[in-house]
Amino acid sequence: MLDIQNLHAGVGDNEILKGITLHVNAGEVHAVMGPNGSGKSTLAQVLAGNPAYQVTAGTVTYDGHDLLAMPPEERAQAGVFMAFQYPVEIPGVSNAYFLRSAYNEIRKSKGLPEMDPMEFLDIMEETLALVDMDPAMLNRSVNTGFSGGEKKRNEILQMAVLRPRLAILDETDSGLDIDALRIVADGVNKLRRPDNATIVVTHYQRLLNHIVPDFVHVLANGRIVKSGGKELALELEEKGYDWLAEPQEALA
Amino acid sequence: MTQAYVEAFGAFAANGGSEGPAWLPPLRRAAMDRFGVLGFPTPKNEDWHFTSVAPIAEREFRAGTSGTPAVSPADVARFTFGHPEWPRLVFVNGRFAPGLSQLPSLPGLELLDLARAWRDSPELLERHLTRVANYEQAAFTALNTAFLRDGAVVRIAADVALPSPVHLLFVAAGDVADRVSHPRTLVVAERHARATVIESYVALGGASGYFTNAVTEAVVGPGATLTHLRLQRESADAFHVGTVQARQERDSHFVSFSLATGGRLARTNIYTVLGGAGSGATLNGLYMLGGTQHVDQQTRIEHAEPNTFSREVYKGILDGASHGVFNGKVCVRPEAQKTDGKQENNNLLLSDQARVDTKPQLEIFADDVKCTHGATVGRLDDTALFYMKSRGIGAASARRLLTYAFAAGVIETIEEESVRNELERLALERYV
Repeated sequence: MLDIQNLHAGVGDNEILKGITLHVNAGEVHAVMGPNGSGKSTLAQVLAGNPAYQVTAGTVTYDGHDLLAMPPEERAQAGVFMAFQYPVEIPGVSNAYFLRSAYNEIRKSKGLPEMDPMEFLDIMEETLALVDMDPAMLNRSVNTGFSGGEKKRNEILQMAVLRPRLAILDETDSGLDIDALRIVADGVNKLRRPDNATIVVTHYQRLLNHIVPDFVHVLANGRIVKSGGKELALELEEKGYDWLAEPQEALA
Repeated sequence: MTQAYVEAFGAFAANGGSEGPAWLPPLRRAAMDRFGVLGFPTPKNEDWHFTSVAPIAEREFRAGTSGTPAVSPADVARFTFGHPEWPRLVFVNGRFAPGLSQLPSLPGLELLDLARAWRDSPELLERHLTRVANYEQAAFTALNTAFLRDGAVVRIAADVALPSPVHLLFVAAGDVADRVSHPRTLVVAERHARATVIESYVALGGASGYFTNAVTEAVVGPGATLTHLRLQRESADAFHVGTVQARQERDSHFVSFSLATGGRLARTNIYTVLGGAGSGATLNGLYMLGGTQHVDQQTRIEHAEPNTFSREVYKGILDGASHGVFNGKVCVRPEAQKTDGKQENNNLLLSDQARVDTKPQLEIFADDVKCTHGATVGRLDDTALFYMKSRGIGAASARRLLTYAFAAGVIETIEEESVRNELERLALERYV
């Protein structure tokens, strides 16, 4: 489904990703772990198409298409979804209106008719229960004044409504207490299907107790330095990241 | 260029200018003389620093219209917010149009055009008309006063809460190029009255190149709440200068909303004097510009008595090579202790050529006050745009939705739902 080859990317002259190669098949859950500054969030942003990052080399193929050539909205319409580490507040646009706009634009891109507000409300009611959210949240402006946990749950709500083929969770666990973490993880697990895939970007192992990965990759200094099964995450929890980091000077 | 108006005044004084009560003709004459002395303001005048009215001053506008424009009830219906039953006075090119107006009998409401008010309510006019809007230092108000003939009078009796808004609709229609109108409005909300008055300036068909010079005076009695929604939706090629001057008494509340989207060159002044203890003013506004429009809004809130409050939020959206101006002055007199004032002006620039000059001002002469003010000028937030796109929303829709959201932040302060919905629609359709 997703094939990343030798991906280099950064901001301005600062190269952050220095040759990432990663293959994700439908039905798989991949965890991308690593210390702060290793480039794991950059990888998520680049896959979603954030224009703040420039790709300088490499390819990303998604379902046979050149993902990097697609603007962010086309990626989303093709089924790529990133849950933001820092969900953006949009005062003045209600959650319901925002979700319905996104849902309908994706339908439109597939040649399907738009869904009217009443029909859409039915879908929403089912989905809200999945992330244990109060329906009143729908009438509030997108993420505006939400607590950290509410924002993360709102991301999973969007994911549940939009039903992506490839979901990328960027540090969705950061800033969550244990109850919120469980709700978010349960939501993600319920959405797992044989034909979709998930990339979980995280610093800590604890989210992986709830969302069990098939593969774990360790990122350091912009490269994948180690890949393994779910037991690798436990090893990292025990030993930390230092033992994996490449000696910087040796590269020079 | 004031000469043309002096000559026009001569003709007017010999004709319609003799209408009205005995005290009026000399007043018109005095206002004309004052206009002759003041002349049109220049950018050297601090109040007009960012706006040159040369395009108005250098053009010769004549009174009246050529021919009678055909305006049908269906034309008018487009502007009634889905409420054709609301009390309504309609003016076409400055002249009262009884056939298009809607004059239901509502207890406690006196709704008259000026010509009828001379006959039916002379005391009310003598007490208030031209007493609130001072023209000594205001050339356009002087000009309006000199040519004062058509207009609206709204009186809400003491203790009456009007069940529906009153709509004053000023329509420009037909061939009105180089024509000027000077509509005058008086609104009196008596003790503990409660009402909403909407003033709309709109254009039909190809009406263009005309000049509207409007003045509204409002008296807000003790304990009264007057909501005044002023919607300037002139054609893109029109000239518009409008002044609203309110005088507030004890414990009154004046709630003003000023929308400005039309006009090649437009200026709106909203002035209020908090002249009684415990009174408050809420002045909100939205300007949405594009093309080469120049639209200026000035507000002045004068805290003249203790324990008064003011709240002000003006938002501007500027596209193309438009130029917007916001100049808001909050003045606190020495007597006005415990004044509580907040003022804010936020601008959104949608293009590199658009420009805004913003000048929030505080003048405080009392020592025990709480006043804040601020202004921002920004662009659409890139992170928010990316966030929306990452959910599948196209670039154009994302920009449109964010722009709308910016406007919605102040539109939502309008209590009247049908007017709020109409403005939300305008905001959503303005930038596509």
